[in-house]
Amino acid sequence: MLEPINVSMESLNVMTLAPMLIPVIGALFILVVDLFKSNLDKTLYVVLSLLFLLIDFGALVDSSGLFMQNGTLMGMFDVMLIDGLAILSQFIIVGASMLFIPLALTNKRFHEFSYPEFFALFLFMISGFQFMVATDNLILIFVGLETASLALYTLIAMHNRVKSFEAAVKYFTMGALAAGFYSFGAMIFYALTGSVEIGQIATTLAGNGYADLGFVLVAVTFLLASFSFKLSLVPFHTWAPDVYEGSSAAMAGYMSIVPKIAAFVVAMRLFEFLIHSGVVWLEVVLYILVVVTMTAANIWALVQTDVKRMLAYSSVSHAGFVMAAILIGSTQANSALFLYWVLFSFTNLGSFSMLWISRQKKLPDHQSSDHSYDKFAGMIHTAPIAATSMALFMLSLAGLPPFALFWGKMYMISSAVTSGYTVLALIMALNSAIAGYYYLKLIVYMFMKEPVVDNDGTVYASNATLALRFIIGFAAIATIFAFAVLNPTLEFITSFVYNSGY
Amino acid sequence: MVDHILSILIFFPALAGMFGFMINKDSIRAYGVAVGVIEFALSLLLWFWFDGGVAGMQFMEQIPLLPSFGINYILGVDGISLFIIVLSAFITMIGIASLTETPNVKNMIVTLLFLQMTMVGVFSALDGIVFYVFWELSLVPMLYIIGAWGGPLRIYASIKFFLYTFAGSLVMLVGMLFMAYFYYQATGEWSFAILDWYRLILPENLQLWLFLAFFLGFAIKVPMFPFHTWLPYAHGQAPTIGSVILAAILLKMGTYAFIRFSLPMFPDASVALMTPIAIIAIIMIIYTAMVAFAQKDVKQVVAYSSISHMGVIIIGTFALNVEGISGSVFLMIAHGVVSGALFLLVGVIYDRRHTKLMSEFGGLAHVMPRYATIFGLMLMASVGLPLTINFVGEFLSLLGFYQQSHILTLLAGTAIIVGAIYMLAAYKKMFFGDVTKEENKNLPDVNKRELLALIPLSIITIWLGIYPKPVLEPINKSAEAIVQLMHDKSITDEAKMRIPSPLNKAQTSQTSSEGAH
Repeated sequence: MLEPINVSMESLNVMTLAPMLIPVIGALFILVVDLFKSNLDKTLYVVLSLLFLLIDFGALVDSSGLFMQNGTLMGMFDVMLIDGLAILSQFIIVGASMLFIPLALTNKRFHEFSYPEFFALFLFMISGFQFMVATDNLILIFVGLETASLALYTLIAMHNRVKSFEAAVKYFTMGALAAGFYSFGAMIFYALTGSVEIGQIATTLAGNGYADLGFVLVAVTFLLASFSFKLSLVPFHTWAPDVYEGSSAAMAGYMSIVPKIAAFVVAMRLFEFLIHSGVVWLEVVLYILVVVTMTAANIWALVQTDVKRMLAYSSVSHAGFVMAAILIGSTQANSALFLYWVLFSFTNLGSFSMLWISRQKKLPDHQSSDHSYDKFAGMIHTAPIAATSMALFMLSLAGLPPFALFWGKMYMISSAVTSGYTVLALIMALNSAIAGYYYLKLIVYMFMKEPVVDNDGTVYASNATLALRFIIGFAAIATIFAFAVLNPTLEFITSFVYNSGY
Repeated sequence: MVDHILSILIFFPALAGMFGFMINKDSIRAYGVAVGVIEFALSLLLWFWFDGGVAGMQFMEQIPLLPSFGINYILGVDGISLFIIVLSAFITMIGIASLTETPNVKNMIVTLLFLQMTMVGVFSALDGIVFYVFWELSLVPMLYIIGAWGGPLRIYASIKFFLYTFAGSLVMLVGMLFMAYFYYQATGEWSFAILDWYRLILPENLQLWLFLAFFLGFAIKVPMFPFHTWLPYAHGQAPTIGSVILAAILLKMGTYAFIRFSLPMFPDASVALMTPIAIIAIIMIIYTAMVAFAQKDVKQVVAYSSISHMGVIIIGTFALNVEGISGSVFLMIAHGVVSGALFLLVGVIYDRRHTKLMSEFGGLAHVMPRYATIFGLMLMASVGLPLTINFVGEFLSLLGFYQQSHILTLLAGTAIIVGAIYMLAAYKKMFFGDVTKEENKNLPDVNKRELLALIPLSIITIWLGIYPKPVLEPINKSAEAIVQLMHDKSITDEAKMRIPSPLNKAQTSQTSSEGAH
């Protein structure tokens, strides 16, 4: 007879699960509401999701208070790991989602928002990302990743256009491949160390002095490839522009922010102990990956004719830039990663929302794609405020001071300088100069060219409602005045990162 | 108000620009002039309150921005920056007042006011990052001015201007981050304050690398040969107002930054690289003078001559002694007045004929005598005729450099004289001889609005040419302080020798004069 398992509720620390469970409850709630009364308006679902996300955010504030008092928290058979990284990244995930969900309140009707399932899936996805960052258990990471990804594929396909289906299927196949790579890499680690917990793996590997270095390298290769897919690092980025083009601008903006921060956190947990234990090979590979991603994506972005594709490549380039933090691996670099991503969220959300409010249901003849550069020609004459805010986001993305992203860039380059990566710092700086060109290209179209004949400027705000304008205004103000709240933000981030031991 | 005069000077135009959106476009021009006049009056007030006997920084302000990373909003002026600030307020005022018929005049005025904010900001910032913020921000309004109101190639010209400068300054940013990191290593605290950086003594090879990183940013802005290729395009395509501000103020940012950053922070590297930089500057003077001679377009002649004179400023700066540095600062102001006036003058004729080709003109002195007189005066000043403003600066710069190298000074001096040829030739082509073209026979002479802009510039040109003391003395005071700092900080023997301490010099001259008694 086996002993009956005796677990006290207290040792489970159920509270650690609270932030992840809230969106799950929210999603189920929305489905139940739909059971009782269908054909309710999308505004209801939007506000409901927003409310649940708000509660989620509150729970996060609560656990961040706990973290500041007691340090890292383990729970649920030590599977959950609530450390500074988990809390910071969940703040970004939930915060960005709260800003994203009101984008569904468009002026025009779009197919996907008429289904309550859209919002349920959305909340499930958030919960998946939250699980992914709040554990160092390779299996739970996998579960979280797949929950989130499967939901995301569906959300993309629900946009209901030929290109959306293509995008969803493409993303799905690539994602499936990445999942395969991931499980293979995790399996090798388990075979080597008999554990699926990253901390345990690190201890065991260090204990035997990396005796099976060959196997470790194979495992790392698979995991790196898998995360490169998720983070769209060159050469695993090929899906990114197509998927961004196929999905709605709002969804594309969301994809450029939230899934990536989750992947960054896991990559940070996985790769940093390897780099710090002197796996030189990994350092070299990461170095190449970072430089190639930044540079190649920038060069591809130069030749795009569609603004959304340009922004897709620019997001790839930004991901490469931020990946440098994982290579550098100092506390300053890791704090820079979070700072950068917070600032990037506002800026990128703003720029994608600008595309979203100018989305037409039917394309005029002279326009080849949804967001071709021509469409924005002479925007300053017809829609000066919209043009100015778009230009603002572009300048911020280019890293022009004093706008938000400059501070992230500066801090990141400074962390490279501090850790002795001088050449990398120069490459990062010069890449910002290359990137300047394609952001300027849009500004040139908006400010220096004459408008297309039948464009009277209404198109730029055809989708705008008060909610959307509010989101854009919020992003614009955050972009301009980021420097005012920079110091507390940075201190908060640094203390959280430092206290988690990164 | 005295304590915050610098912040007021910086943000008043920006705020006024913001309010400018509310003004009806028929009245916006008057509004722009009014703001320009108020700003200029404020800058005169700054000059009035400025204590000329103090060499260090005055009107310091400090607000923490990112204190954990050593970034603070620090402002201050000394004799070197004071007059450039006054000049930028003055030139912007003149520029707005002389603005000709422009489409979208409202956007233009608002942009100019924002540009003014960035210009004053650059010259009064005492924190590396704050300096960088204004430095980079100044690109945006200029990009818009060139790109929206420029000639046929305006988009190419504006993007080239932006990207060239942007790339250079990003390398400078890396240099700044290194400086802050070295300061952190030395003291355990991050700091981007320039005055803190002054106290940092770095080994020579580090100085060289950092000097080069900063040099790239500054040299592109000046622009020094071979990074000058963006400037002729920018000038060629920019509207008159754009060229005026570009030549008079924006280019000075580079030379000012050399004096503010490179010299006091890296004295040994400055000495080590003095000769190569002087040679580049002399190439710049000679080469651009030759190119200017080959131009058919009068605006290009003025543009290239402006680059040529920037070379003299560089030579004066890298003389590394009090005469040279104060000469080069004075020449910056002189160049601002004279080249600004020359671009305005080119604008006058362009408005009338819509061409800038010299072959289209001839004998204008008969038709437009007042125009020819002012043009002649400014041309003489540009050539460096004694008793005009440029002469003082050029003379002091060369005098300073003479103490470092006789041969190079001789070359530079000759080049300036030779440089007079192309200006005089251009003048001859445009103003003397018979009126050959029918269209030129009835051109109206300069009108009141143009005179309003040109006469103050002419007065300054002659006034400071005859009596430069009120401006030169505060500059001299601060230049002495910088040279003294460089002398004390330098570590190599060569640098100690090359940078004479002004203090010792004053003492020796005092003792020798006492001995004579």
